[in-house]
Amino acid sequence: MVVVGGGLVGLTLALDLARHGVEVTLLDEDDSVASGSRAICFAKRTLEIMGRLGLGERFAQKGITWQTGRVFHRDREAYAFDLLPEAGHEYPAFVNLQQYYAEHWLVEACREAGVELRWKHRVTVVEPCAEAVRLTVETPDGPYGLTAEWLLACDGARSQIRESLALPFTGQVFRDRFLIADVVIKADVAFPTERWFWFDPPFHPDQSVLLHKQPDDVWRIDFQLGWDADPEEEKRPERVTARVRAMLGPDIPFALEWVSVYTFRCRLLERFRHGRVIFAGDSAHQVSPFGARGGNSGVQDAENLAWKLAFVLQGRAPEALLDSYDTERVAAAEENILHSTRSTDFITPKSEAARAYRDAVLELAAAQAFARPLVNSGRLSRPAIYAASALNTPDHGAWPGGVPPGAPAPDAPVMQQGRPSWLLRHLGDGFRLLVFGPPATLPPGGLPSGLVPIFITPEETEGALWDHSGLAATRFAAPRGGAVLLRPDQHIAARFAMPDPAAIRAALDRAMAKDAA
Amino acid sequence: MKLDTTPRLTDPDAVFAMLVEAHRGLDAEASRRLDAKLVLLLANHIGDMQVLRSAIALASGKP
Repeated sequence: MVVVGGGLVGLTLALDLARHGVEVTLLDEDDSVASGSRAICFAKRTLEIMGRLGLGERFAQKGITWQTGRVFHRDREAYAFDLLPEAGHEYPAFVNLQQYYAEHWLVEACREAGVELRWKHRVTVVEPCAEAVRLTVETPDGPYGLTAEWLLACDGARSQIRESLALPFTGQVFRDRFLIADVVIKADVAFPTERWFWFDPPFHPDQSVLLHKQPDDVWRIDFQLGWDADPEEEKRPERVTARVRAMLGPDIPFALEWVSVYTFRCRLLERFRHGRVIFAGDSAHQVSPFGARGGNSGVQDAENLAWKLAFVLQGRAPEALLDSYDTERVAAAEENILHSTRSTDFITPKSEAARAYRDAVLELAAAQAFARPLVNSGRLSRPAIYAASALNTPDHGAWPGGVPPGAPAPDAPVMQQGRPSWLLRHLGDGFRLLVFGPPATLPPGGLPSGLVPIFITPEETEGALWDHSGLAATRFAAPRGGAVLLRPDQHIAARFAMPDPAAIRAALDRAMAKDAA
Repeated sequence: MKLDTTPRLTDPDAVFAMLVEAHRGLDAEASRRLDAKLVLLLANHIGDMQVLRSAIALASGKP
């Protein structure tokens, strides 16, 4: 198994595969992790995935937690939103963290898990064959040939592997430019740890500005510049300093940490799997940064793919299982692109009429509650729900609402042997059957091999997690004695109001694409 | 719900005059924004995607 690209997605995929017992070699043309902060907003689902991979606490401790977004129009607040209005989840809606921290921790975890990391190894030739992919790899000590059973292309938006295979990567280019200024401010600043977004503020008229706090006193300021801006000119420190000064006022000292001018596109590969070459992350899909959907969706790609590849490689599931990666994650990418495009159309109106509607929404929003949900400064990343996935089984018996099949399992506080814990911590890396009842609920020997039951009860019970607040049962809408089949990526595959061994076995087979083989 | 295109206004002349009056003295940009606000307010009042879709199609000349 060869992963190309040692960024957030490649490292997550390599680590997850290694935890599933797969031998992984990771190649990266660089010798270090990302420079500059780059992706900074890690969404709750990503944190839960990192939690499963053993890194959740590091993200939560180092990252800046936030859940409120505020939108301003000119000098007034137009709208505020709370991304996680309910308590009882281990992870917050978002933490902000420089991407290099995430990558450092992933590199360490990959090493510990036995991933072979080869830095300064650049893939130059890709030759797909029937049962393998032949690669030529360039290194400082000369080139060498490498045969990969599977090639996982996590090599970013400018993917060399995608180019080599001449795969069309199509979509929309947006005619706008943005300036990222990451600035260190040691002094007290008046901004709380929230996402602040301005339309047409007095300090940067006619354009938008986005502000985020990162660890180490770093603030991310993202200035919209317009299409006619000169990228080289805009990157000059004097110029950036003047823009930041206009925003912060004359008395707050700051230092520039990282400056970048970017444009963006929304592009998508038609399929993510091409025989033995599989694409994940930016190599497969690109979105605008508004909504934090790039890195977060890439991590979800990695987690969707890892267990499927491991199961196919280990002969536990047929190759058809990999087709579900394609359908589930292409649909997720399309959803991300839809949201991302709509946000961009709001932030950068493309016609006089679009501008009039945008400004009308912003002017109405201050006084009219109905207009606030129309304000679109980025719809922030939420996990994909694989509602139409062929791996799902329709409910077995009536199930009254709750989180639907295809969605990731919701977290909930639980007590284990008198100690507070979280439900998701107990799920691990394999298929699980959440049983809303005591261990005696299931007849012994009734479960297929490899399916581990987890019992959840409303009273303290030996061998079960205690749902002391009732939130677990409420979020799943689980009837007493009901059970939920969870995939290794913690997405819900099936729900059984009255668990029955034959139905559970059939659903488990289906979730491994066995019925399609 | 279906878009109702039967005559429903009891005083159509007054409605027309009200709309024109609201735009008096506005330049093209301000007028456009006023119309946009009106459309948004009324769209929210209607609150029915199907009705809105039919109205947009009809107004765009592709019913």
